[in-house]
Amino acid sequence: MTLELHAVAVAAKGAEPLFPPLTLVVRPGEVATVMGPSGIGKSTLLDAVAGHLTHGFSLSGSIRLDGTDLAPLPAEARRVGLMFQDAALFPHLSVGDNLAFGLARSVRGRAARRAAVEAALERAGLAGLHDRDPATLSGGQRSRAALMRTLLAEPRALLLDEPFSKLDAALRAEMRAFTFEHIRNRDIPALMVTHDPVDAEAANGPLIDLTQLEVRPCNT
Amino acid sequence: MSLATAEGRGLRALVLVIVAAGLVLPIVAGLWQTARAGFGILPAIGAGEISLAPLRTLADLPGFDTALRLTLVTGLGATVLSIALAVGVCAAMHGRMSPRASGRLLTPFLAAPHAAIAIGLAFLLSPSGWIARALAPLMGWDRPPMLVSVNDPDGGALILGLMVKEVPFLLLVILSALSQIPVRQHLAAGRSLGYGRGIVWIKVIMPQVWPLIRLPVMVMLAYALSVVDMALILGPSNPPTLAVLLLRLFSAPDIALLLPASAGALVQAGLVALAFGLLVAVERAGRAIGRWWVRRGGRGLSAEPGLWLATTLSAVLFAAGALAMLSLLLWSLAWRWPWPRLSPESWSLRAWSTPGSGWAEALANTALLAAATTALSLALAIAWLEGEDRARRGRAGWAEALIYLPLLVPQIGFLFGLNVLFLRLDLSGGFLTVIWAQALFVFPYVMIALSDPWRALDPRLPRAAASLGAGPWRRLFTIKLPVLLTPILTAAAIGIAVSVAQYLPTLFMGAGRIATLTTEAVTLSSSSDRRVTGVYATLQAGLPFAAYGAAFLIPALVHRNRKGLHPGGTA
Repeated sequence: MTLELHAVAVAAKGAEPLFPPLTLVVRPGEVATVMGPSGIGKSTLLDAVAGHLTHGFSLSGSIRLDGTDLAPLPAEARRVGLMFQDAALFPHLSVGDNLAFGLARSVRGRAARRAAVEAALERAGLAGLHDRDPATLSGGQRSRAALMRTLLAEPRALLLDEPFSKLDAALRAEMRAFTFEHIRNRDIPALMVTHDPVDAEAANGPLIDLTQLEVRPCNT
Repeated sequence: MSLATAEGRGLRALVLVIVAAGLVLPIVAGLWQTARAGFGILPAIGAGEISLAPLRTLADLPGFDTALRLTLVTGLGATVLSIALAVGVCAAMHGRMSPRASGRLLTPFLAAPHAAIAIGLAFLLSPSGWIARALAPLMGWDRPPMLVSVNDPDGGALILGLMVKEVPFLLLVILSALSQIPVRQHLAAGRSLGYGRGIVWIKVIMPQVWPLIRLPVMVMLAYALSVVDMALILGPSNPPTLAVLLLRLFSAPDIALLLPASAGALVQAGLVALAFGLLVAVERAGRAIGRWWVRRGGRGLSAEPGLWLATTLSAVLFAAGALAMLSLLLWSLAWRWPWPRLSPESWSLRAWSTPGSGWAEALANTALLAAATTALSLALAIAWLEGEDRARRGRAGWAEALIYLPLLVPQIGFLFGLNVLFLRLDLSGGFLTVIWAQALFVFPYVMIALSDPWRALDPRLPRAAASLGAGPWRRLFTIKLPVLLTPILTAAAIGIAVSVAQYLPTLFMGAGRIATLTTEAVTLSSSSDRRVTGVYATLQAGLPFAAYGAAFLIPALVHRNRKGLHPGGTA
């Protein structure tokens, strides 16, 4: 599975594109990093890939995942996982039910689904927290639960929106290693947006600075 | 664009068609029918010639001029006084009371129907009421004094009654507007420049609040100018306010009076339009004068007595409202309560023990209507908001205006014409007609109550769900609705309170055949048996209270182990 962005640009209606056209290939198991000052449209770029662009924004260029054009697909059909700054666990569901929400439909039967969730909790060091209120977890626990929820949906690519910025320094390194290891094991491409140069270094993949892209004239 | 967006557009279009056909069309058609009748065309009674005769008949009615004056004095007076008090209270109390605590304090006053408050106030204020009883030993009264303290010819009791409902409503509206303004900083900045607390409020805070509360103030103004149930119970009786005069004409045995009544309904709508015009003019003038005043730089430390006065008067108003509600319950349980005792001498459940006498049926009708209208309104509101989400766009200004329309047009202006239309289509007098007529007023409140919390939902939750493969319907039912349980139930409680309080729509569209707690309580309020009236009014206030209680308890139970969903909890 490969994520290919070809001359991708996002523009608000009637305005200049937020950033110059971006071309990028992210190979399976690789984590590409996008950097740039706030307001340049890093999160908007992720919205475009995940299928969450708000009305009034238009996308040009093409986004392909494993050869399939993502543009005509609604967000829920893209199978692109999304990780946020502070986890965004569903506040009305228990930790286990958050994971069960993500778990792919292909796992059938109550017992099998429960076992899959328990196994994922175990892998994330969250064993025994199935029935806990997500609001009572620590920051690191929340991030790991969110990553497990995303991975259980069997995504074909992963988007990370400043995923470690809310964690304190010690936890950040640990969570980074944990996340990147899972991406490598799954062999899926990942696109990360961050402010932190250490994140980029640890990702060890292609690095794009949105401010320093070569400006190409628009030919549409 | 994508499939979801296209589906969103479809849903939005569908909701818009329902709202246009169910909400706007009937108001326009009703106004049109009323206007026709007002100018002499009502084929049902054989009138078919355009003329100004109905208007002339109306103007020649004894007491018409007084009715006009009373309407303006009570409507404008109650509104202006309520604004002054509410602003004063906010200036004095803001920051000294948590929003949650003030919300809890306001809820009973917001929930209680106008008619129940009015009946309770009549108990409180009348010459044989609580206040006179408390004063009796001091004044040496050995029998109820010969005072006209309720139904006074100048409308004082009506103004008071309106204020008991309007001040809490305004406080709620202003408090929610204040949450969008950095009040603390502006107050600190102003005071450090030497301005007194009250003056900073008038010169700095209120000009920012006003645009946010203008529409609710207009709703309040339109209501105060055309209120019927409260005016029947507390207002002057001969001549009464315009709305009551029109109701008498509409229900008079002489059907020829329907024509001047319709002309009067147009006058009523004109009065409201005039008041809106006045509001705009005052706003313009206020802006010009305000700038001049601000530039002069007067520090005016003397606003404090005004704040103190506003707070004291509001406290008196709240106390009167609370005593009024308490008196409803006491009277329903009283057996002997002779003058000048402050509490009943003997108690009895007799008034409550005969549900067959009518209150059980009225209660059942009221509950059924409230459940149906609220469910309908809630479904429509959720469909509208979900449609906006799926189309990924906000609300256009005209759509917002559409929601407020039924609250800005006086009820009597279009309900009669609508009833004429329905009689012709043979639809009048049924439950469905009343459900729909009530929903005209319930839907706007439900929609207004739900819109802000719906938009405040963390957008990452539905996005995370979509990225996990959940389609739009699963996102709605498993994420949005459960997370928004509290605001949805609050909106439902507001809807139930509004439905229970409806008087004119139930009376007109039910053709007088559907008895609810409100229609019965208003009818009984002029009777002599305070015990029976007390039962109806207690139930009338009790139903909305129960709804608000449920809206508070259900989320607390369902989400008892979910800190992230409790106000003040960490997410």
